[in-house]
Amino acid sequence: MSISILTGNDAAAHAARLARVQVVAAYPITPQSPVVEMLSKWSDQGDLQAELVRVESEHSALTVCIAAATVGARVFTATSANGLAYMNEQIWWAAGARLPVVMCCVNRALAAPWNVLNDQQDSMSVRDAGWVQLYCRDNQEVLDTTLQAWRIAEELGLPVMVCYDGFLLSHTVMPVDVPEASAVDAFLPRHEPIPVIDLARPRNVGPVTFADPRANADGVICHGYMELRALHQEALTRALQVIPRVERSFAALFGRSRGALTWGHLLDDAEVVLVAAGSIGVELTVAAEALRAEGVKAGVLGIRAYRPFPAEALRQALQGRRLALVFDKAMSYGHEGPICSDVRSALFGAPGAPPVFGAVAGLGGRDAAARELAEVARRALADLDRGVRQRPAEWVNLQLEERA
Amino acid sequence: MGTRDCQHQIAMSSPAAGEAGATGDWRTERPVLDPALCLAQKQEKEACQLCWVYCPDLCIARGVPPAVLLTYCKGCGICAEVCPTDAIAMVPERESAAAAAGGAR
Amino acid sequence: MTRLVDLPTQEHMLPGNRACAGCSLGIGLRSILKALDGKAVMTVPASCLTVIGGMYPTSSVTVPWLNVAFPGCAAAAAGLAAGLRATGRDREMTVLAMAGDGGTADIGIQALSGAAERNDDFIYVCYDNEAYMNTGTQRSGLTPAGARTTTTMLGKRENPKDMCRIMEAHGIPYVASTSAVFPDDVYDKLARARTLRGLRYVHMNTPCPSGWSFEPRDSVTVGQLAVDTGLVVLFEVEGGVFRLTGRSKTLAKRGKRPPVADYLATQGRFKGMSPEAATEIQRWVDGRWAEYLRRDAAGATT
Repeated sequence: MSISILTGNDAAAHAARLARVQVVAAYPITPQSPVVEMLSKWSDQGDLQAELVRVESEHSALTVCIAAATVGARVFTATSANGLAYMNEQIWWAAGARLPVVMCCVNRALAAPWNVLNDQQDSMSVRDAGWVQLYCRDNQEVLDTTLQAWRIAEELGLPVMVCYDGFLLSHTVMPVDVPEASAVDAFLPRHEPIPVIDLARPRNVGPVTFADPRANADGVICHGYMELRALHQEALTRALQVIPRVERSFAALFGRSRGALTWGHLLDDAEVVLVAAGSIGVELTVAAEALRAEGVKAGVLGIRAYRPFPAEALRQALQGRRLALVFDKAMSYGHEGPICSDVRSALFGAPGAPPVFGAVAGLGGRDAAARELAEVARRALADLDRGVRQRPAEWVNLQLEERA
Repeated sequence: MGTRDCQHQIAMSSPAAGEAGATGDWRTERPVLDPALCLAQKQEKEACQLCWVYCPDLCIARGVPPAVLLTYCKGCGICAEVCPTDAIAMVPERESAAAAAGGAR
Repeated sequence: MTRLVDLPTQEHMLPGNRACAGCSLGIGLRSILKALDGKAVMTVPASCLTVIGGMYPTSSVTVPWLNVAFPGCAAAAAGLAAGLRATGRDREMTVLAMAGDGGTADIGIQALSGAAERNDDFIYVCYDNEAYMNTGTQRSGLTPAGARTTTTMLGKRENPKDMCRIMEAHGIPYVASTSAVFPDDVYDKLARARTLRGLRYVHMNTPCPSGWSFEPRDSVTVGQLAVDTGLVVLFEVEGGVFRLTGRSKTLAKRGKRPPVADYLATQGRFKGMSPEAATEIQRWVDGRWAEYLRRDAAGATT
């Protein structure tokens, strides 16, 4: 164990190296590029024994990972924003094919207009594809979560997306405890997949599948498309147990725990709970402390696993509170922020559920500092005191009016 | 129909003939080989075999003479077309069915 | 050259598959898999071949096969090659990418060009039936001028891309043009490609009765006429040296080819074409043929 000063991108690359990935395929995009550059350098220096496929697009990056994972190799890729959008077709393929692909999504705003700075619209837009999605608060978490991602992926046969905020984490240095390779080997043993590609047992993988079950030549009934999708959903549901178990086993080996499905800060007696995913959660802890200094019992509930969505954990954590205020760094345009929607639906009809207010923050890198986030909470509490129970999301730090 | 579940997590097929069923059902004409005209038969060895080479559906077995596998033969007629001695005729299914029934209708 | 009667008897496909009656792809695929001795893993994007491969849970081939999204065939092959190398199994089998003309020349060309530039280690076969046949005969970048498709009702105006020249320009070790209805030529080219490393590209003309509008029984004769008229030319380029093969080589020696109009007349898709348009195609074919002869002569002296 040694403390290094690393960016989030460095931390992700170190995790891939320590996991002894066998095939890496990636295409550069800001702010993800340093991950690929670092893995390329290590490969050229002989410090990383992996096949590096320097592909010509993100679509090919994920396609290479899909094929290599089918052969049984441990694979890794990383991307951001429009790169993630460009591989969208294969995001669905990797999930439907139940492949343990691990991908870092360095969260960045989607064009148009061009913007290379942070929000979470990219990964939120593929939340329905059937990947496990984990969001990181800081660079230690980037490293730890990426290592845990392979355990989760390989146990469940599901791809895992490790999301961390562009620039705020990807290009910001922090002290990170980088574990020894031997310790990681104990946590993450060599991947031993059942070979799907086998000359002695030839299989046609991912063929056209009918809606209904169909018998094979031996009369065994095989699934229809909908049964396979139900199994996929079942695996994601199982991830609600697997993610905490993997985290406990990581904590036992490495002596640090950063939360499993969710994390909390000043939560025990909190009346107002600020909810968010990613590094904005750290900013919210500062806001909560400021509110506490004013006598407002505020706390933070961070969402680490966004898919599968920890609905039961949220019901328990939010029961009996006065208000849940959800900060989204993305929008489902025409409706509301995605996390806000999901929290509302998880709490709907639950006994003791608080009202849920939404706030949209930090789009395209717009500042969302603790001071402003605390202001949002104060306004929300004022609304609540006036008897408001439903209201449209507040866009934090929006300056449209001032120009008029 | 079987009763066992496949235990598959993903769609993954195993090889078997007749994936599309007994594709001989698609046929409106069937190839009928006249051994007397077949080169292999005349030379009494596995010569020629062009009908076997060109059958896209693996429905002709090599031999002296070659044999047609009617269960899956789709009746495309390529074998009749490539036969250098016109030993294969495409006969409408209705007539061949009648012939099989001894001419009685 | 392997004689037709001497092609291996061991098959790696099964009867009763979902191909249309008379589809020439079955003839070509039988030869391809024989040349690889069944020791191959295929990867196939959405195309007619997906249908031939079969619907879950039954497969019509006896080699491993990975289905892949339409634009990704070459990238999947690169991934299979990388994965097999990373897990120490790359000597067990050849990676065979097989896509149609649309999956190769249109939506798949970016991934293919990238893999060729990297010289990834696999064989890529484009089976060219000259339109999007699996979706019902829409024009592709390889549909010939004059052909009517469901998106070119009056006949396509543009000549097809020259995929072999595009692939040659990448400087890969092996580029070949063949036809599914010359199974000996297909076999020899795949057998040769199998002995090489890096990206090997084989372009296979694949007559399609339903899309080109001719009787299923005529697949072989139509495909042979395409070669005889010089519309399709059998050749290979290895290490930059060009040579005509098989029937095209014989035609070059003979010096005489039947007119393209004979070929056009065999298919409904060219029906109603003006004589001027047919003359223009003849001129285009003659120009290309002269270039092939020149390259063959140059190749023979090197």
